[in-house]
Order: sequence, then structure tokens, then C-alpha cells
Amino acid sequence: MTEKIKIALIGNPNTGKTSLFNALTGLRQKTGNFPGITIEKKTGYIDLNKNLIAEITDLPGTYSLFARTADEAIPLEILLNDNHPQHPELVVYIADATNLKRNLILLTQIIDLKFPVILVLNMIDQAEAQGVKIDLAKLEENLGIPVVATNARKKTGLPKLLSLMATHQKPSTLSFFGKHLNEVEHIQAETHSPVRFKDALHYYKSKNKTLFQKYGQEAPDIADYDSGVLQREDLLYRHKKTKAILDEIIHKGTLMGFKKRQDRLDKILTHKFWGYVIFLAILFLIFQSIFDWAAYPMKLIENTFSWLANSARAVLPPGILSHLICDGILAGLSGVLVFIPQIAFLFFFITVLEDTGYLARVAFLMDRIMRKFGMNGKSVVPLISGTACAVPAILATRSIEGYKARLITIMVTPLMSCSARLPVFILLIGIAIPSKMVFGLLNMQGLALMAMYLLGFFAALGGAMVFNAVLKPNKKQYFILELPVYRFPNWRNIVHTVIKKVQTFISQAGKIIVAISIVLWFLASYGPGNRFENIDKKYASSINYGSPEQKKAIEIQVRTEKLENSYAGEAGKLIEPIIRPLGYDWKIGIAIITSFAAREVFVGTMSTLYGLEGQDPNFSQLKTNMQKAKYANGASVYSFATAISLLLFYVFAMQCMSTLAVTYRETMSWKWTMIQLFYMSGLAYIASLIAYQLLK
Amino acid sequence: MYLDELKLGQSAVIEELCDQLAAIKLLEMGCLPGEEVLMKLKAPFNDPIAIEIDGNLISLRKAEARRIRVKLIAK
Repeated sequence: MTEKIKIALIGNPNTGKTSLFNALTGLRQKTGNFPGITIEKKTGYIDLNKNLIAEITDLPGTYSLFARTADEAIPLEILLNDNHPQHPELVVYIADATNLKRNLILLTQIIDLKFPVILVLNMIDQAEAQGVKIDLAKLEENLGIPVVATNARKKTGLPKLLSLMATHQKPSTLSFFGKHLNEVEHIQAETHSPVRFKDALHYYKSKNKTLFQKYGQEAPDIADYDSGVLQREDLLYRHKKTKAILDEIIHKGTLMGFKKRQDRLDKILTHKFWGYVIFLAILFLIFQSIFDWAAYPMKLIENTFSWLANSARAVLPPGILSHLICDGILAGLSGVLVFIPQIAFLFFFITVLEDTGYLARVAFLMDRIMRKFGMNGKSVVPLISGTACAVPAILATRSIEGYKARLITIMVTPLMSCSARLPVFILLIGIAIPSKMVFGLLNMQGLALMAMYLLGFFAALGGAMVFNAVLKPNKKQYFILELPVYRFPNWRNIVHTVIKKVQTFISQAGKIIVAISIVLWFLASYGPGNRFENIDKKYASSINYGSPEQKKAIEIQVRTEKLENSYAGEAGKLIEPIIRPLGYDWKIGIAIITSFAAREVFVGTMSTLYGLEGQDPNFSQLKTNMQKAKYANGASVYSFATAISLLLFYVFAMQCMSTLAVTYRETMSWKWTMIQLFYMSGLAYIASLIAYQLLK
Repeated sequence: MYLDELKLGQSAVIEELCDQLAAIKLLEMGCLPGEEVLMKLKAPFNDPIAIEIDGNLISLRKAEARRIRVKLIAK
């Protein structure tokens, strides 16, 4: 019979907590969200011995238990609530050995909650290299808990930690809280209970007075806690106590060489001019990887899937099942998996930048600009990543502290023109704008393309301003941020993170994308009544005769007529009155509906509608066919006004279910997902309406 | 004088954290009265700034630094 012990991993940010978590659990991890909130929950497993398995939860890094943001509230909630599924039986506390003084504040709070605690002194070799000597035995004695020195990157000290995890059960007998927070002390004195700090936090958090009423006492003033008076006194008291402990056992050496290198890096990387230049250069590299390098594996994935679909078509008996598997499920899966290279590249770079400490410097450089729009320095990376693809960009908003700033960033990121808009832009610009040179060297089509990107960028900033004004400020926003020391990236950890991100994306967003793809496939492949049979009958006699070219022409004719008569075609005709004022006909209506799955589907649908092979759109042929399209009265369907109106539509409209799926996953709220859908589509409609009505 | 008035490379001792709520976060990060701070980095328009305290580099906005009263250490 195997028993399970629940262990929580707690510590300050930047202490190597996640590296230790990865080193302990390897790939035996599960990621999900904590119920109701958007913070990622990471759980992993490790066998401590034959009969004991440890379930380890990696809690978000925090500096103390006095929570102000959603991220900080998680450790508090889990530690206080005995019924919480992650409520630990043992706490493993990670401290940065080079920075022990500050790390001990949260540790003493957790000791005061009377959990059995193991202190892990991480990066002990770095501390020694910097000349810091720590008397471990004395530290154990002064804290009343076992201490293990480790280096999570090199996995030293882990065996000792594992054996302690299997055996250590006793909470420390010492306590460190300031009397002032302990207003419930007088009650607990009667019961001799050792959990007073916990009771105090409980009381202030839940504002539940029954504890006091039970003893006929008056409850202490919540206001003192809410205004921060009690927290400050508690923190000051802990600082005093831990300072006294550390003065005895720590010998701080000089570390001039190390400091000089750090200072020199900061001088360059946060330089008022060169800092921005370097940041732009790094961005350019990231872009290059997402646009260019990712294109090869993406093509490979797409080719693999079309090969799979063709093979399946050959093997399966023709009919609904084959149709569903090949054109519905496999196409949907391909639509999900094709994002993997972009996600992997983006997260590779973000994790490297974060791991080395550079990302905090970017936040430092960009904060003042982003603040005007209700975001903060950390919103920069997701926004810029959005020009490649909003899906990984929204996943990257995780690092933004503060719910409001993060929500605003999620809401406006899809306005940045992503790579899926590119084929649509190129097609429509090719129709609307002549390829003429202006001033001798600038191509008008290129200028138009740049204008589309700029439009999306300014729309994102404008949108952020509106959200910033509308959203209630949730408490005061601070931007107090540690700029961690520069370190070499931990490659094992980075590869690990990238794999985990990709897995999460596939399992979470993938489900929704595949489901919607199947629905869209159904709508485009079936029609009401027996119309499809009638079309088949109509061409049944002619399809078997004539030259291969003629056959092919008939096949295309059949496909076009079927699409016209499918539910999607019906829907296109149904929405025609709504989109008519934008200058669109029902065929464009079909393309808008099918490209709700993903913007680039617009081009594929147009190819089908204008009698081209659906798979491999031949741009110039398609362009010519579209330009030739006429209404019954002889007017061009794709007039300048219509093409501009369509361009604007694709700049603004939320035509991407993958993004919606990710927004839902990250906000855990249908409300915000729907707001994103409707505000973007509304913006698209209004902009296209105005443009068409002015230009026609 | 207040923390935001320090020039690059100047040191001071923290005397008082005036913003009650920001004080909690600052205390957690080791900014407490009596500690010595060094003005380390300034972003364009001197906002945000980064100070060194007890070997750690901490970035804060000018408005937040404005609420930390310090005493300049004469060199």
C-alpha cells in the first residue's frame, strides 16, 4: 500500500524554486489552473521510497504571506485552508543562499504557521564563490528546522533532501511573530494552542468573529490589518529577529569581481540609448525566428497532416466517416499543431531572457511608456510577440504582475497584426493597391502593408487606454520589482519549460480548436435538404467524360456549388444584409464565416469560391479571378472601397478561435472572452462600414 | 529629502516609509528604516529608478520613491 504525502514548495521569487521543482519531479508534472483564478498550478510526483510517494505543488514565488495580488493570495489560501486539496503536510522552503537575510522573512512566517518545514539553501556554491560562509548547524538550531544545502542546477544535495522529505514531520518549537499581529494571543493563552499566527491570519482574512465570540471577547480591529499597520509591525519584528540570528552564523565576504561584472552589464543593458537598441535587436532576432525559422517545421507539420489525410482517404471507405476524419478532425488537429514551432521558439526566447535576468531589465526600461496605457513594463513582450501570433503571446502574459495590467494586455494583444493576417493582407492589398513606386524607392503595396501593421499597433494602444479607463482600478498599482542578478541560463530548465508550455497548449487550447473545426467543417460540407444529392446528380453524367482538364473543371464546379448550398453558404446569404453596407456579397460572407476558425482560411475559401484548388492557393490567378468578379449590374465586386473595407475588417476582427480559446483559458472567464470577441468584431464592423461608405 | 532626489551613485539611509501600503512590499524586499540604499540606475526621465539595498537591486517607480524619506550620507 503506497501512501501519499502532500508537500508544498515555497520561496521568494528568483530563488531557483522552479529549477528545484523540475530537478525533483522531472517530467512527472501536471499543469493546470488553481480553481477560479488564472494562476498556473504545477504539481509533480516523486517516489520517496517504496511505500511513499510525494505530491509536490510549486507555489508562486512571494515575499511574505501578506497577500495583495492574486498570485500572492495562493500560498496564503493553501496554507490556511486545511480543506484545500493542496494543503501541505510538509513545506519545503527554498532560500537563495546568496541572499539569506531577505529570504528568512517568509520562512519565519511559515514556521509560525506550525508546518513541518525543511529549509533548502539553494545556490550554495555561488554563495561560497562570493565569500559568504554559513554555519548550517547553527542555523538549524536557531530556526528549529532541518537545513539542506543544494545546487538545483547541478542536483547536489538532493538525496539528503529526499530522505528528509520522507521522514521529517515535526514543526519547529520556536516562533518569530511580532506580538502586535497576535491580537488573538490572549484567547489562545487559555487553550495553549501553538497555532496563534495562523489564527490571526485566518481571522483577518475571513473577518470571521466567531473565534472571539466563543470566548466572549471583542474582536480586534480589522482596519488595523487592512491599512497595513499590523503587517508592517510584523515584518519589522521579523527583520529584527532574523538579523540577530544571521549576525551570529553568517560571514559575509567581499565579492568585488562579481559585483563589477554585474554593474557593467547593467550599465550597458539599461543604458538610456543602447539599452533600447539592444532590446530592439533582441526583438528582431525573436521575430526572425518566429516568422522565418518556424516556417520550416510548420510546413513539415502541415505536409505530414495532408499526407496523413490522403493516406486515410485511400484506406477508409468513402463516406461520412472518411470525410469527418480527413477534412474535419485531421484538418482541425493540423490547425492546432501547426502553432507548436512558433510557441516553442517564443517560449525558448522568453525563458532564456527570464532565466538570465534580462526580462526584468526590459520591464524597467519600458515601464514608463506602458504605464500610460494601464499596462506595465512586463506587457511589452506579449504585445510584441502578438505580431507573430496572439496564442503564445497571451500565454506569455503570465509574467505580468497585477490582474488589471495582465487582463488589459490579454484583451488588446490580438489587435497586433499577427502572421496569419499576412496572406489576407497580401491578397487584398494586391487587389486594391497598384504596385507603383512612390518617391522612386517605396513600393505602395509595401507601404500599405506597413500601414496595416501600424494601424493594429495603435488600435492596441488605444484599446488599452479604453480598458484602463473603464476597468475599476483594483487597489493601488505598484511596480516594485526585483532586478535579479545576471546568471547563465539553465538549459535543462529551459528545455523543460518549453516542453511543458507546448504540452499545455495542446491539451488545453487544442480541445476547443478541434471542436470548433469540426463544427465549421460540418457547416461547410453539408447542406439543408437533398441539395447536395441534386448537385451530384446534375453532374453525375458529365463527370465521367471528357479530358482530365474538363473533369477537373467539373469537380471544381461541383465543389463551388456545394459550398454555395452548404449551411455555411446559407449562413453567408443569411448575413448578406448585415455585411452589404460594408460592401461585401454573400461569397465574402462565407469566407468571413469559415475564416472565423483562423484568418488565413479566408484565402483558402476564396480559392474554392473562385474556382481554384483549395489546397495550394495560386495567388496571382486568384487575384485575377477576384478582380474579374462582377455584380449583375456589371459593377466590380472587389472595388477599391470593398477591398479597403475588407482589409480594415481583418485588421480589427477577432477572426481566430485559437486566440479565443487561449483567452478563455488564461482569464478563466467567458465574460472577458466574449467581450474580446465582440469589441474587436464591433470595431471591425464600424471601421469597415465607415471606410466603405466614404470610399464607394 | 526623498529617495527619488538621490543622484546616481549617492547613498542614503532610509528614515521613513510614508506610503502605508507600499511599505509592506518594501519591507518584504528588505527596504526598512535604518538600511543604507545606493542609487544605482535611472531609466529615461528618471522613472523608474533602481536602488541597491543589502546587495539586491530593486526597481521602483518615481512616485513610489517619492514616498520614501531618506538621509543623504555625505561622502
